Amino acid sequence: MSNETPLWEVFIRPRNGLSHKHCGSLHAADEVLALQAARDTYTRRGEGVSIWVVPSKAIFASDPDQAAENFEPGVDKVYRHPTFYDIPEEVGHM
Amino acid sequence: MYSQGLIGADGKTEETEEFLAKFQARIDREEKIEPNDAMPEGYRKTLVRQIGQHAHSEIVGMLPEGNWITRAPSLRRKAALLAKVQDEGGHGLYLYSAAETLGVTREQMTEELLSGKAKYSSIFNYPTPTWADIGTIGWLVDGAAIMNQIPLCRCSYGPYARAMIRVCKEESFHQRQGYEILISLCNGTEEQKQMAQDSLNRWWWPSLMMFGPHDAESSHSEQSMKWKIKRFSNDELRQKFIDATVPQAEYLGLTVPDPELKWNPEKNGGKGGYDHGPLDWDEFWRVVKGGGRMNVDRIKARKKAWDDGAWVREAALAHAEKRATRRTQQAAE
Repeated sequence: MSNETPLWEVFIRPRNGLSHKHCGSLHAADEVLALQAARDTYTRRGEGVSIWVVPSKAIFASDPDQAAENFEPGVDKVYRHPTFYDIPEEVGHM
Repeated sequence: MYSQGLIGADGKTEETEEFLAKFQARIDREEKIEPNDAMPEGYRKTLVRQIGQHAHSEIVGMLPEGNWITRAPSLRRKAALLAKVQDEGGHGLYLYSAAETLGVTREQMTEELLSGKAKYSSIFNYPTPTWADIGTIGWLVDGAAIMNQIPLCRCSYGPYARAMIRVCKEESFHQRQGYEILISLCNGTEEQKQMAQDSLNRWWWPSLMMFGPHDAESSHSEQSMKWKIKRFSNDELRQKFIDATVPQAEYLGLTVPDPELKWNPEKNGGKGGYDHGPLDWDEFWRVVKGGGRMNVDRIKARKKAWDDGAWVREAALAHAEKRATRRTQQAAE
């Protein structure tokens, strides 16, 4: 177990102004090697200007079985959207 | 409101000319600045202050409206108001997070709000005595906020710009729900229409003050424009707001409480715009400096929420610690 090389998740910022976006994962012994491997693997064609590596075990994901109870309540709340409100056309854009 | 974030900002820098010129060149090329990039201390400080005050404004801004959730006149209005106030809480979080990328902690910012060191928008120091105020706040206060925030989506600091894009998208319903409330009141009884007029009378001038001091009085604005933190001056945005809002008041059949308000076809480079009367800057500075009707109440409410919530934060941390200890023990066995 302790001899396994840890897994890292790689996030790349395509250019300044945009968020880092998850692009994949890799194995590396520590963060220095993980950053080097990420650079060599994921930015060979100018994909980005900044890299984050995060230990995969530091990521906690929501349970897919709970997707319905987590996310469906957001769908039926139509009053969170601007189109729910009646604004006459002559008032113009609001 | 967020132009008020520059009040007292210290844009002074001690970096070399060469460093500053290089930084300015990046800004001039419309490059975004990201958290790990080298930046002048003044740029960082200005942003910490502005984003922090913006975040505080979202959180304190929940109070005048939250006050009306239980008394909203229908389920439709209650659901909308609840959703709006919930959004403001989220917007505070996005903004605090953006400020944290600059090296300031959430605890520091909270402490500065509660001690009165950090400011928030003067608009939230006015009371909301009637239901019409909820309509007027959505229409004017959120309207002014949107006018300010749209250019901030192009702010040179990446995390702030991204937070603003999210906020603007979510906020698009806030103004409409407010205006819809006012349409209902203005189509209602004479008393309801009067309530709407009275509300406009109280909120018009404070809403115009949300754009911050006159350009001539706003000494830090120039540096912020140069760094492209701001894209328009306070007076430019204020004028845009007035020009957009006056016809909306006319549609409601309400009178804007400014006897000097007059259409001027020459304004805005011949496109036309409204001339308006002078703002009461004494009132503005009095409210900014803590002398508004609600300043004391607002901070008291925030302090109470912070103090009353202390046991929850402590219990959550203690529980997390207990679970971590248990995991370590199990791993050892």
